[in-house]
Amino acid sequence: MALLGHLSLWLAFLVGLWGAITGFVGGIQNRADLQQSARNATFALFAALLVAVISLEISIFRHDFSLEYVAAYTSRNLPTFYLWSALYAGQKGSLLFWATVLSLFAMLVQIMTGGRHRVYLPFVAAVTCTVATFFITVMLFAANPFERLTFMPLDGRGMNPQLQNPGMVFHPPMLYLGYISITIPFAFAIAALLSKRLDSDWLVAIRKWTLVSWLFLSIGLLIGMWWAYVELGWGGYWAWDPVENAALLPWLVMTAFLHSVMVQEKRGMLKKWNLALIIGAWLLSIFGTFITRSGVIASVHSFTQSSVGYYFLVFLVLASVLSFALYTSRLPLLEAEATLESMVSREASFLFNNLLLIGIAFSVLWGTLFPILSEAIKGTKITVGPPFFNQVNIPLGLALLAMTGIGPLIAWRRASIPNLKRQFAVPLTSGIFTLLILLVAGVRDVGALMAISIGGFVFGTVVQEFARGARARHRQYGESTPYAVVQLLARNRRRYGGYIVHVAIVMLFVAFAGMAFKTETEATLRPGESAELKGRDGHVYTFTHLGISQYNALNRQVTAALIDVRRDGKAFGRLRTEKRQHVDALGNPTFQPSTEVGIMSGLRVDLYVVLAGLVNGTEQAVFRFTINPLVWWVWYGGMIVVLGGLIVMWPGGGSPAVKRAQAGYAVRLVNEGG
Amino acid sequence: MKAARRFGGWAVCSRREFLSAAAGTLVLTANPPTRLPAQGPDSLPGSGPSGRLWDPSRAGRPLEPVVAADNDAAIQAIEKRLHCTCGCGLDVYTCRTTDFTCTTSPAMHQQVVTLAQQGKSAQEILDAFVRESGVAILMAPPKRGFNLAGYFTPSLVILVAGVLLALALRRWTRGAPAPTPAPPPPPDASPAELERLRHELQQFQE
Repeated sequence: MALLGHLSLWLAFLVGLWGAITGFVGGIQNRADLQQSARNATFALFAALLVAVISLEISIFRHDFSLEYVAAYTSRNLPTFYLWSALYAGQKGSLLFWATVLSLFAMLVQIMTGGRHRVYLPFVAAVTCTVATFFITVMLFAANPFERLTFMPLDGRGMNPQLQNPGMVFHPPMLYLGYISITIPFAFAIAALLSKRLDSDWLVAIRKWTLVSWLFLSIGLLIGMWWAYVELGWGGYWAWDPVENAALLPWLVMTAFLHSVMVQEKRGMLKKWNLALIIGAWLLSIFGTFITRSGVIASVHSFTQSSVGYYFLVFLVLASVLSFALYTSRLPLLEAEATLESMVSREASFLFNNLLLIGIAFSVLWGTLFPILSEAIKGTKITVGPPFFNQVNIPLGLALLAMTGIGPLIAWRRASIPNLKRQFAVPLTSGIFTLLILLVAGVRDVGALMAISIGGFVFGTVVQEFARGARARHRQYGESTPYAVVQLLARNRRRYGGYIVHVAIVMLFVAFAGMAFKTETEATLRPGESAELKGRDGHVYTFTHLGISQYNALNRQVTAALIDVRRDGKAFGRLRTEKRQHVDALGNPTFQPSTEVGIMSGLRVDLYVVLAGLVNGTEQAVFRFTINPLVWWVWYGGMIVVLGGLIVMWPGGGSPAVKRAQAGYAVRLVNEGG
Repeated sequence: MKAARRFGGWAVCSRREFLSAAAGTLVLTANPPTRLPAQGPDSLPGSGPSGRLWDPSRAGRPLEPVVAADNDAAIQAIEKRLHCTCGCGLDVYTCRTTDFTCTTSPAMHQQVVTLAQQGKSAQEILDAFVRESGVAILMAPPKRGFNLAGYFTPSLVILVAGVLLALALRRWTRGAPAPTPAPPPPPDASPAELERLRHELQQFQE
């Protein structure tokens, strides 16, 4: 199997090279035979890489420990659930997974792209094959998953306990899907630049792919946050770790693109900017991969340090230089079709929204790289952690949240004063009302006050938009309000799906603000003893240690503590928190004991209990009790982001040309209305 | 096989051996040996020292009971500004309360507690750590010298970009044509078509 996998990699390498060459040459010389060959190469590339993946999975399931990768990341007693995910648990396997998914996307885009956009396909095939070939090259020359050991161990080392979590099965694939699929919009952008077909067609071709990518990245980030929350040692759901930042960067840039692309679709403006954003998002995804795999910046999430970082650095530099050289050479072809008519217009608000999103991306990138800069320039090692990022990004984040509410209230082209008054009245009232409620409730934390009251303003905007739309439909068609709302969503998915995403963003900000009210305590308890903790929700929680039990599970020895929880003296539930000593099939410990958290999740607070350790081998245990407010809102807010994204992505809703014409009509009506 | 031989599943022994065994059983029954340690009252809920674990080694590193300093908000605030040097990338407080395999963060915690007990202020404690390990021990670099570039570059860049954007918008809008009145509806449209258009436009506007 290993030999077959290795040969498949070489085959994929040759096919990828062929696809890249025929794609570029066929596209430039407009030769149909080479174009067809490039298209076929994407199919063959996927087939070859799929064989390699299947070979590795079979080796994993057969416990073929003669393969270094299988011995390093699996063991005989590793649950089947995690044997599947062992494919991408390590550096080498994840590179194979990456290349395979990219080849799948490369093939799908060839199959699914039709009509006028087919002219871009040879170049798209060339770009995707080039990127895939790069990944295969890294595998073949620096990180081969089919590398053999000189001996055959009796059992493998097993998977890191922190990776033995359901998050492992879903988070990396989703994040990879997001990262990898950015290559498709990037390939279309390069195809448009190479073919000099820089009208709005390429934009239509890539918008859906960008949304796909944005959606997967959103899901990946969300599951990653959940995993980091339930798994100890990663600093909570967001710790501004370099690897977390690396995943956030392309997401921010793509979010900026998804907003500014509307201006290009409706007004034919911002072409240069949109192309730069797509190229930038892809380069940031490669930068993120470089950060994760090079070890250049210390991170709790990164893979073990290896030489692959150099490959990525060279690729990143080459790709940046070539992409921006091509981009610069085509700038004269990217002139706007219209001009901005007013500073107070939807177009201008999108520009300021982009400024903030890119500004946040820049500050995150800057903070991530600043330790390297400081060491290179001043020779001083420094640490840039959450205090720095919070200080720089919280004001920007609040400004962005405000823009989320302001943007939809401003008309396209030009907004008049009466129009602005009419539009802002309800949302501003909503924001001020929220602020007053918070002040009366005794909230004095400035950050939380601002986040939640701006959230109230944004929520007011969205409710007003839905209410007006539903009222108009009710007047026109006599539809009931719920039905009218459904119809609004069905008939203008992009607009109203986007508003749903905005509501979710409000939920996320409120949840982040909630962490300002976290309360926690540590206590040593014997069985039967209790600790009390008062939450900011006004309730007193009593945690009673019921006892410790020890037992063996499939691949681990468990020491579990059971905690009885009472709220204001009334029974509220029970929690279990564990220490796990993972062992191999021979019963030998494989890693240091890990800790599993006990969580009781609610709408207002999460009770988060950790068994820190035991005193002198007795049942007397050290616990950490934490009341985390509003964490539930992070997960459900995230799910609503995904829901809104799916609504936006859902096919239908008319052609861009029709929408562009409609936009013109809408502006006229605003003007007429005064 | 000196004392007993097996024949068809039956153990055979001599009379002397049988009598010795019977006498031994009688003695044991009358004076039982020391009992196996039963669950003593000291492990009952809320009373006395706890019972021992079956295998303490599988529960990780043994810990000391929590003391008041572990829950001291001032100590925690200092620890949140100190970088654990174990390589985890977390602050001392987060590391010591989430990574229980780490021995560095508990040691740093003890150091903070000791310095606090000596009457040192938060800044003095942080300075002591910086003197010992360099500025990398702080979770955020101090706001002086080259580090100011770290803090203010993003804000400056965004500010400059914002001003440039505002200037560019002003220039673009100055060159833009004045808003033109809406063109009359197409003369050949039927009333039904006009009504449909009005309805569509209103729907879009809403």
